[in-house]
Amino acid sequence: MRERLALSRPTEASSGKTGSWRTFRPVVDKEACNACGLCAQYCPDGVIDEELNIDLDYCKGCGICSNECPKQAIAMVREER
Amino acid sequence: MPGGGGAKLSLQMVTNVDERSVNNLSAIPKEEYLYKCTSACAGCSSSLCLRYVLKAAGPDTVLVVPACCTSVIQGIYPGTAMNVPVYNIAFAAAAACASGLSDALSARGKETNVIVYAGDGGTVDIGIQSLSGAFERGTNFLYICYDNEAYGNTGMQRSGSTPLGARTTTTPGGKRTAKKDLDRIVEAHNPPYMATACSAYPLDLYKKVKKALSIEGPKFIHILAPCPPGWRYPTEKTVEMGKLAVKTGTWILYEREFGKLSINGPSKAAMRKPAPLEDYINGQGRFKNLSPEIASEIRQQVERNIQRLSREEAGIC
Ligand SMILES: Cc1ncc(C[n+]2csc(CCOP(=O)(O)OP(=O)(O)O)c2C)c(N)n1
Ligand code: SF4
Ligand code: SF4
Ligand code: SF4
Ligand SMILES: [Mg+2]
Repeated sequence: MRERLALSRPTEASSGKTGSWRTFRPVVDKEACNACGLCAQYCPDGVIDEELNIDLDYCKGCGICSNECPKQAIAMVREER
Repeated sequence: MPGGGGAKLSLQMVTNVDERSVNNLSAIPKEEYLYKCTSACAGCSSSLCLRYVLKAAGPDTVLVVPACCTSVIQGIYPGTAMNVPVYNIAFAAAAACASGLSDALSARGKETNVIVYAGDGGTVDIGIQSLSGAFERGTNFLYICYDNEAYGNTGMQRSGSTPLGARTTTTPGGKRTAKKDLDRIVEAHNPPYMATACSAYPLDLYKKVKKALSIEGPKFIHILAPCPPGWRYPTEKTVEMGKLAVKTGTWILYEREFGKLSINGPSKAAMRKPAPLEDYINGQGRFKNLSPEIASEIRQQVERNIQRLSREEAGIC
């Protein structure tokens, strides 16, 4: 019975790989970064992990991380596609 | 990273926060209950808020979501980005659904958090009767309204929560009436806890959700949630826009516990010396070509609101 219910199950990529939406990609200058964590705090999509890796499969390129970085350590660079 | 090494971010996220105050990132759980990635627009502040709401609530939570952006961004069947159970429910029925769920869960001895996460249209307009009913019945749940100040999901029609002067697809010349004061309507129900929040202050939101969920009865949080396509500003300005709303005194962060008002830090400073209102308004396309009369009326509304809350906090009214 349960199997027949139209329940959605939690999964990655339920809306596809949203990284393809991007026109600008965030690029972190690790020398300039002071590890404050604000970029990860403010990323609406939670795609920046504890080690500051940005998951480009999903990053939508909104630029909030770059705008909020107190060290200007994140540049938004145009995607070549 | 300093020196380019692989050192961990200073946000050493931990899983048990109950005993600690949340003044920095270090006490926020690292678990994400939104899987990568929702289909929310780039720079959506409501998704940012939902991340922190769910971090505060944890896995033993049921969300009730009436029609709004949040019902759509979950993804496409058979997948969903939401890693907690979600009831997607008709517009008018969110708080009624939550009432039934809350009673059923407690009858089974469960302490599951029941949280409504609803848009402003679904709250100040369409869902207000069921909201009022549930608050009057004393339902044990948390109602969160994320307020992007229009019907976002259907392309930005005006809602009762759209502010004076803002252009939407149904108010092309700017809205002629003021934003409905939802908080004073909710306040009239004397809930044990209510608060305002803003997406630009996610740690403040996190604390408020935690506190709300520790209190029995109906709780309410109203979050200002800037929306790039609706408010017409560039996506990277989402956090900046939220901070400006608070710094100009347009949006005031406060809590009301058992009726007692306390204004939160960032708004205390803003109320003493608000930033120029233009800083907030001029950055948004929806306020383009405001007439001087409307601009002055908006300014007066902001001032009246600041005065009303300051007087109340000081015990003058
Ligand atoms: C009864 C009913 N009327 C209209 C709609 C169409 N509809 C779906 S979402 C939505 C907008 C909701 O606005 P809001 O509650 O502010 O949430 P937002 O989309 O801004 O997140 C509308 C009008 C509907 N689903 N049901
Ligand atoms: S550009 Fe936006 S989505 Fe991408 S990592 Fe930065 S904040 Fe996150
Ligand atoms: S906000 Fe800037 S300085 Fe802070 S961790 Fe991110 S990249 Fe580094
Ligand atoms: S319309 Fe606004 S609230 Fe809705 S998903 Fe887009 S940014 Fe978020
Ligand atoms: Mg809305």
